[in-house]
Amino acid sequence: MKQKTKAKVILHKKLQEGIYDLRLGTDLAQDARAGRFIGIYTSDRSKLLPRPISICEYDRDGNMLRLVYRVTGPNTGTEEISHLTPGDDVDILGILGNGYDTEMIAANYAHPVIMGGGIGIPPMLGLARELDEAYHGKGNITSILGYRDSNLFLAKGFEDSSKVYIATEDGSAGTHGNVLDVMKQNEHFDISAAGETADVMDTNLATCDVILACGPMPMLRAIAAYAREKNIKAYVSLEERMACGIGACLGCITKTRGIDGHSHVHNARICTDGPVFDADDLDL
Amino acid sequence: MNTQVTIAGVDFKNPVTVGSGTFGSGMEYSDFVDLSRLGAVTTKGVAPTPWEGNPTPRVCEVYSGMLNAIGLQNPGIEVFCERDIPFLKQFDTKIIVNVCGKTEEEYEAVVERLSDEPIDMLEINVSCPNVKEGAIAFGQNAQALEHITHRIKEKAKQPVIMKLSPNVTDITEMARAAEAAGADAISLINTITGMKIDVGRRTFALANKTGGLSGPAIRPVAVRMVYQCAQTVQIPIIGMGGIATAEDALEFILAGATMVAVGAMNFVDPSTTIRVIDGIGDYMRTQQVDDIRDLIGAVH
Repeated sequence: MKQKTKAKVILHKKLQEGIYDLRLGTDLAQDARAGRFIGIYTSDRSKLLPRPISICEYDRDGNMLRLVYRVTGPNTGTEEISHLTPGDDVDILGILGNGYDTEMIAANYAHPVIMGGGIGIPPMLGLARELDEAYHGKGNITSILGYRDSNLFLAKGFEDSSKVYIATEDGSAGTHGNVLDVMKQNEHFDISAAGETADVMDTNLATCDVILACGPMPMLRAIAAYAREKNIKAYVSLEERMACGIGACLGCITKTRGIDGHSHVHNARICTDGPVFDADDLDL
Repeated sequence: MNTQVTIAGVDFKNPVTVGSGTFGSGMEYSDFVDLSRLGAVTTKGVAPTPWEGNPTPRVCEVYSGMLNAIGLQNPGIEVFCERDIPFLKQFDTKIIVNVCGKTEEEYEAVVERLSDEPIDMLEINVSCPNVKEGAIAFGQNAQALEHITHRIKEKAKQPVIMKLSPNVTDITEMARAAEAAGADAISLINTITGMKIDVGRRTFALANKTGGLSGPAIRPVAVRMVYQCAQTVQIPIIGMGGIATAEDALEFILAGATMVAVGAMNFVDPSTTIRVIDGIGDYMRTQQVDDIRDLIGAVH
């Protein structure tokens, strides 16, 4: 039987104001994959529900899960979690959700573009690594990361497995704007005119055939609309307020175009049917 | 040591079930809980047709509890009978089906559809605070409650539990109405209507504005109401409201509940029911209680 289990804090550090990097020792790492998440509990008994936090990276050999999360405010569960120190035990529930099917993506698409926005960036780091493996290091993966300002947490890590573009809301780094602005800048890139001097990665961006995205809902909505218009496949990972995380409470639904398999209405459960969805299936 | 209890001729191996809506149809929890260990599985409310439920956000956490406004999303009685009942029949547990509707006729339609199904009891949800029509409208007026209970009892082939709302001035009046109309048992409490405001965003935390409060925050209210009803009616009571531990469950039993249900705490720890069942056994051994029935209503 699956159950709530204890994990050991291995390392915990602040990446920037309000963003923390937590490494947990747990054999649940065996079931990890990009896009999946765990529920993490506080020890404050008045805060009951597990906090759903996506897996940033994992190491199966070392039984390690890496979570990069944002503290959502003072006196919140995430604030309490931010005080954990190495050696502490923490209760977790998992591994939850479906994750990205990187083998399927590698088998069907040639030029994947990862898009991460804000606190939607961490799970995409693991995805970039997994995709790189699935494509056997072909070097065809592009990541576009959208930040508020020049505090570019995790951006360096993406460079190991992908070509990285940055967008910032305040223009202090990379393209001034959002992840789609980067995409639009490159979509008319003329491969033949650039000839041999063309950066092969830029051609990947211009010939993108699948987008994998995580971030705030307005960003995902815009990406889904863009992908539909350009006839590009898109997979998006969603978040919503959750209670159980295992598909029972029906708290975290998202509207679907077709009839869902659980309630036979138009509501998929983000925690169990997702959090990763084919954008074509959603009514965002 | 006997942990078996009986309600309306149905024997339960132990007095622990789950609160409707907190356990799906059991399927979602079967990776975490051996369903055969439960006295009964009480399923999420089922209506004649699929219901979409409310917009999101549907849930939020509050001190020692949570608010929900799911809005009784469910697949409708046909899917439920074809998929969920056969699934639950694989386990050695009793099945209590929670029934909801917007009109008396809708409740009757579900009850009649279930008449030949291999289930053990019906629980009638006249107390959900999160849907606009039906539901709680029947549970906040004693005459309306008596009327719908009568109608359902005329159609029902299985024993009927009326699930009461705490959102009333005097819950004993509702308990009396259910008993007078022939209900075989009552269950209480459903959630308490509440509200949370998101100060940062200056809006309601739930899209529905209000939601039902559940979890340990409501337990003292629930224990008090179970006690009051136990002092008022003769029919058995299924007690619930924030049960997290065996001690919590025993409070309800000592106050007069024949069975108890673990609700919101299933969301917190999926194996709460098993800890409660094991803990009741430990308590009985330690306190040298041979029969759980000796504890029912022992505090009065």
